[in-house]
Amino acid sequence: MSSIDLDQTLNTAATVPAAEHHEEGEHRMFGFIIFLISESVIFLSFFVGYIVYKTSATDWLPAGVEGLEVREPFINTIVLVSSSFVIYFAERYLHKENLWGFRAFWLLTMAMGSFFLYGQAVEWQGLEFGFTDGLFGGTFYLLTGFHGLHVLTGVLMQGVMLGRSFIPGNYDDGEVGVAATSLFWHFVDVIWIILFILIYVWQ
Amino acid sequence: MTDISVEALSPNREQPVPGEPENWRRFFSFSTDHKVIGIQYIVTAFVFFLIGGFLAMVMRGELITPEADLVDRTVYNALFTMHGTIMLFMWTFPVLNGLSNYLVPLQIGARDMAFPRLNAVAFWMVPVFGIILMASFLVPGGPASSGWWSYPPVSLQNPVGNLVNGQFLWLLAVALSGVSSILGAVNIVTTIIRMRAPGMTFFKMPAFCWTVMAAQMIQLFGLPALTAGAVMLLFDLSVGTSFFDPATGGDPVLYQHFFWFYSHPAVYVIILPVFGVFSELFPVYARKPLFGYKFVAVSSFVITALSAVVWVHHMFASGTPGWMRMLFMATSMTISVPTGVKIFAWVATIWGGKIRLTTPMLFALGGLVNFLFAGITGIMLAAVPFDIHVNNTYFVVGHFHYVIYGAAVMGIYAAIYHWFPKMTGRMYYEGLGKLHFVLTFIGVNLNFLPMHFAGLMGMPRRVASYDPEFAYWNVLASLGGFLLGVSTLPFLLNMISSWIQGEKAPANPWRAIGLEWLVASPPPHENFAEIPIVVSEPYGYGKNEPLIAQQMVSMESANELN
Repeated sequence: MSSIDLDQTLNTAATVPAAEHHEEGEHRMFGFIIFLISESVIFLSFFVGYIVYKTSATDWLPAGVEGLEVREPFINTIVLVSSSFVIYFAERYLHKENLWGFRAFWLLTMAMGSFFLYGQAVEWQGLEFGFTDGLFGGTFYLLTGFHGLHVLTGVLMQGVMLGRSFIPGNYDDGEVGVAATSLFWHFVDVIWIILFILIYVWQ
Repeated sequence: MTDISVEALSPNREQPVPGEPENWRRFFSFSTDHKVIGIQYIVTAFVFFLIGGFLAMVMRGELITPEADLVDRTVYNALFTMHGTIMLFMWTFPVLNGLSNYLVPLQIGARDMAFPRLNAVAFWMVPVFGIILMASFLVPGGPASSGWWSYPPVSLQNPVGNLVNGQFLWLLAVALSGVSSILGAVNIVTTIIRMRAPGMTFFKMPAFCWTVMAAQMIQLFGLPALTAGAVMLLFDLSVGTSFFDPATGGDPVLYQHFFWFYSHPAVYVIILPVFGVFSELFPVYARKPLFGYKFVAVSSFVITALSAVVWVHHMFASGTPGWMRMLFMATSMTISVPTGVKIFAWVATIWGGKIRLTTPMLFALGGLVNFLFAGITGIMLAAVPFDIHVNNTYFVVGHFHYVIYGAAVMGIYAAIYHWFPKMTGRMYYEGLGKLHFVLTFIGVNLNFLPMHFAGLMGMPRRVASYDPEFAYWNVLASLGGFLLGVSTLPFLLNMISSWIQGEKAPANPWRAIGLEWLVASPPPHENFAEIPIVVSEPYGYGKNEPLIAQQMVSMESANELN
């Protein structure tokens, strides 16, 4: 009995190398892309709902509301869309193993994302209708709020990745987390462009 | 005799690997082993199956007489709501996730799932939302009682006025279930696409993995739509927005679209893995290759694609415009083509085979017969004129119970018996298994066939009392319902006693072909000492060709025994 056990121990030690666990990292990006595709269907559902409501509702705008101010949201849009390019440069610096370049552009992306959130909050403050004011109020806050939640998530993810860049040697072989955060940021960006067209341009 | 030679070729595999304690505690731990998680899913789901079944029997007890005498009408509403919700979100989805979790890595030659920790998180959400849903029995006003689909404005009533009411908890549980399912789906799809053993091309992959992948892709595109609808309903209910409330300008039919865009495909999420189980079992017990394997494999994805464009057939009576009715009638009927391909292939597989009527084979055959019947009534229901006639009657109830119980649950039983020796390393008792099959098969047909007649006579569903003219069929259905309750007893006895003291199972008790049968029963931690190299298609029964390259020879010997 004990000889079999010993035999087994030797066998397993030889045939199950611990290195195989690192395969998991290679699958992360793939899994994350699948998750994002799935996530986009939630936005798609909200967009479809918005279009259905807007085209079929009898009282679309709440009483006393003329429409939405476009100027500030447009500035916000430019900031968010530009940040997608900034984060791209941050990634380029990481590939070139220029950590400080990466950190600078990464931080700039975070700042632009935070500016967007701030601008969104200011806009919400100034609006004269609330979440419960008809279908217009409901869909407006639902869409911008759900998107804003994603921007916030993106900024928090960026914060974590920035912090992890200070662990020595951590990003030597590139980093799945950075690539995933960057992809997520582009995703949030594209969603905003569609959202901006649906809510602000198409009034 | 024959089994001994298989064992003799791989004596090492009978021994448990060190570091894998053969104790029961690991099933109560945050284990990341896909085999432990698989069994955790299956056992947890079965507990909820018993709870949901108990609720069903209370309903059948109520319906055995035409008057509403056993339970109050409002209690009855809560009963059918909770019954449907538990059976779908807490029994069929988790139990099939459990089977997928257990079998997929073994069948594709992987050591574990792509994301083991995510896998454990997804599982442990099941007891959490299960408890949340069960807790709704304790809140003022009782659990949700607007049906498992929670159509507004009924679901927005909130008569008690509390923020935390039954409907609120229902939405919370369903949302968490959605998150858990999405995590599971990401994991399973990644595993199947990225982690197949060398040589295992898609067309060398077992049909079960094909169907699981097809089903999980439905989760990925469908569940977000339900989540969107549920979020909006939650805001309507608790904040007072007006998305779905017609009193404030909302559109209740839009919710129905969101709901059915996911919840009709959800039926395919349930039935597709069961199709996979049938495709795995018939070749083993008929000793023939799966007929038209590639067609069977691809037809799963045809079902996935079509499932996205059929949902409105649940809404033929919801003020749906005529052109939409016609369109969705046509698409719904098209679904019968890929399912017909499968049924044809299964019958052709069995035809002329050396059939062994073991318990799993009996359940698979019974499930096939029931599914055929359900498919026929399904096509009837897809036809708009007929559907308008039987809309909201017991005909619909009978139809989908034939699918869900007659085909899906029987297929799940078949899978549990078939892979029980692999999972536990013990054989089950054949006699008890056959008793279980007889009780289940008679119970299903006695319970659900009379519902069709009651429905054709015009008996509406979701009622606690009814006209005495329907009494005959309801008494029969109730007797069938109680029989189904009894049928779980031999199953439970069999599973528990076999696991504790059943005969030791060899690695391959069914002389089946497949990677999972090459490893010991139960499989060692990380499954494969050496990742196999797959060289031939699955189901090579009678072909005398090795499944994998050299390193393991037991498969060739399994073929010799053919």
